[in-house]
Amino acid sequence: MKEIDKMDIIRKNKLIDMACRMRRLAIEMAYAANKNGAHLGGGLSLIEIMAVLYGEVMNVDASQPNSENRDIFLLSKAHGVLAYYTALYEKGFISREDIDSFEKEGSDFIGHPIRNIEKGIEYSGGSLGMALSVAVGYALSFKMKKNERKVYVVLGDGECQEGSNWEAFFAAYKYKLNNLIIIIDNNGLQSDGKVEEISGISDLGQMIASFGGDVRVVDGHNVEELYNELMSEIGDSPKVIIANTIKGKGVSFMENNYVWHHGILSEKQFRDAMDEVTK
Amino acid sequence: MQEITKINVRTWSMLGQKGTIGGIALPEIMDSYPNCFVLTADLGHTTGLDRIMSQYNERFINVGIAEQNLVGVAAGIAFDNNISVATTFATFLTMRCYEQIRHNLGYQRANVKLIGAMAGFSIGMFGNTHYSYEDIALMRAIPNMCVVAPADATEAYKMIYEAVKIEGPVYIRLSDSTNCGIVYKEDYNLEIGKAIKITDGSDGVIISYGGMVYECMKAMKILEEHGIFMKLINMHTIKPLDTKILDELSNENIIFTVEEHSVIGGIGSAISDYYSGFKKSPQIKRIGINDKFINPGEQQYVKKTNGIDNIGIANTIIKELAYGE
Repeated sequence: MKEIDKMDIIRKNKLIDMACRMRRLAIEMAYAANKNGAHLGGGLSLIEIMAVLYGEVMNVDASQPNSENRDIFLLSKAHGVLAYYTALYEKGFISREDIDSFEKEGSDFIGHPIRNIEKGIEYSGGSLGMALSVAVGYALSFKMKKNERKVYVVLGDGECQEGSNWEAFFAAYKYKLNNLIIIIDNNGLQSDGKVEEISGISDLGQMIASFGGDVRVVDGHNVEELYNELMSEIGDSPKVIIANTIKGKGVSFMENNYVWHHGILSEKQFRDAMDEVTK
Repeated sequence: MQEITKINVRTWSMLGQKGTIGGIALPEIMDSYPNCFVLTADLGHTTGLDRIMSQYNERFINVGIAEQNLVGVAAGIAFDNNISVATTFATFLTMRCYEQIRHNLGYQRANVKLIGAMAGFSIGMFGNTHYSYEDIALMRAIPNMCVVAPADATEAYKMIYEAVKIEGPVYIRLSDSTNCGIVYKEDYNLEIGKAIKITDGSDGVIISYGGMVYECMKAMKILEEHGIFMKLINMHTIKPLDTKILDELSNENIIFTVEEHSVIGGIGSAISDYYSGFKKSPQIKRIGINDKFINPGEQQYVKKTNGIDNIGIANTIIKELAYGE
């Protein structure tokens, strides 16, 4: 694997710090949401992925949210807002006021993102299995216009049960959309329990690899591995990265526990969680 | 855009609505709008896109038998400052990917023009799985959708031009195959949202859309022989509803709505919904498919056996005017 641009230790530590801040902020946001609760499990598993994408990889600029040269990010696993909003905040797209309005009456910052290009939010996700097709559309348009822009999509592993994703995969490979990068937050759990038990699917990577392209597997909490794969050489098909993650990562009572797909933190749980992530 | 000449009117009616849109209007539009893309779900040849497929290949996308992807991809393309025109059979287009239409087109207003071909039972012997009784009802229910149904091939030609001019999602229902009846023999002013009064009359009103407008014109010849003279309104735009003309008609005794669609959720429902807020409004008699799956067959056979061919329409009107309360 040719390493285009290996990260030095300073940049790596910056990303790790960014992820730490995002994780802490995510837990604060979830607690501040009170009885509305939050999608903690799937938000926390996504933190490093979003940190690397927004911190290093994607060509996006909060001072030019409408730029015609920007990369497009679509959060198909749209309940991952705790990682998404915190990344947008880190990058300067949204304000502290926006963060503090999370799940409050009248807020635009609710449990699923609402499209707002000025704030860097490209798509109103929420219904699973929708955004990959839209990503294919963007990628096709970029190919037609012969520009260098890229489309990044994050899917959940449970989300891959939606058949509409596979319609999008067929098209992505048929049209050789090598400007499309798909990251799967492979945390092994979904709302009702283990992905493998509910769906019978144990190897998403093998299924996708059968389309003929390259599928890479990384530790989804290792910023360096994520970065290296995301920046690796482009082939002639979409780049698919299976990021093995832990649902609820960073908080011991949430890790690998499907009940925290969506939950409400008690005061004690909040304090315990903050202790763990503020090490 | 071409002139609406006598030759065009005749030629286009032979091609039918989808042949006219796919083979005549869309290639012109692809030339005029370099950011226009056409998409289909394996029904390119069947929905009249042969010229597009061969001459505009770099802006033509065939997603295969995958309607959810059709709408998602169309939306993604549109979000990048393009116009997407997506076509397949009306039933698949409006049902298989309804949620994609709702989220991408309705909620996020993707600039996608959906063309639902072979709506109603124009697909004949393919049977009920391919008929669409519900497409208008479904599309109407989505906020921000514009829902239109051209009455003939000339109106279809003008309609697609109007649709690409406006910013936002449009559903265009085509309810014919080849050789569709001619409603408009010469050019006229078409404005989305503005219904057209085709004839005047004082015995009541008929409101229709799509291929049924021509059927109503034939019915009116029978009615005239019985001394009954009706206003005929071509309500080519079901959403946004032309409430201005409905206000003007609110003192009429009776309005017959005629559609190749279920009586649930189509123009009959839309007009009834509107008038239900009035203290005094016309009686609405809905002519359409009465909430059932019909015995399949060729389009005219189906219309006849369900009382929505010209004879059936005329009989219903005669009976209602003679014996109705």
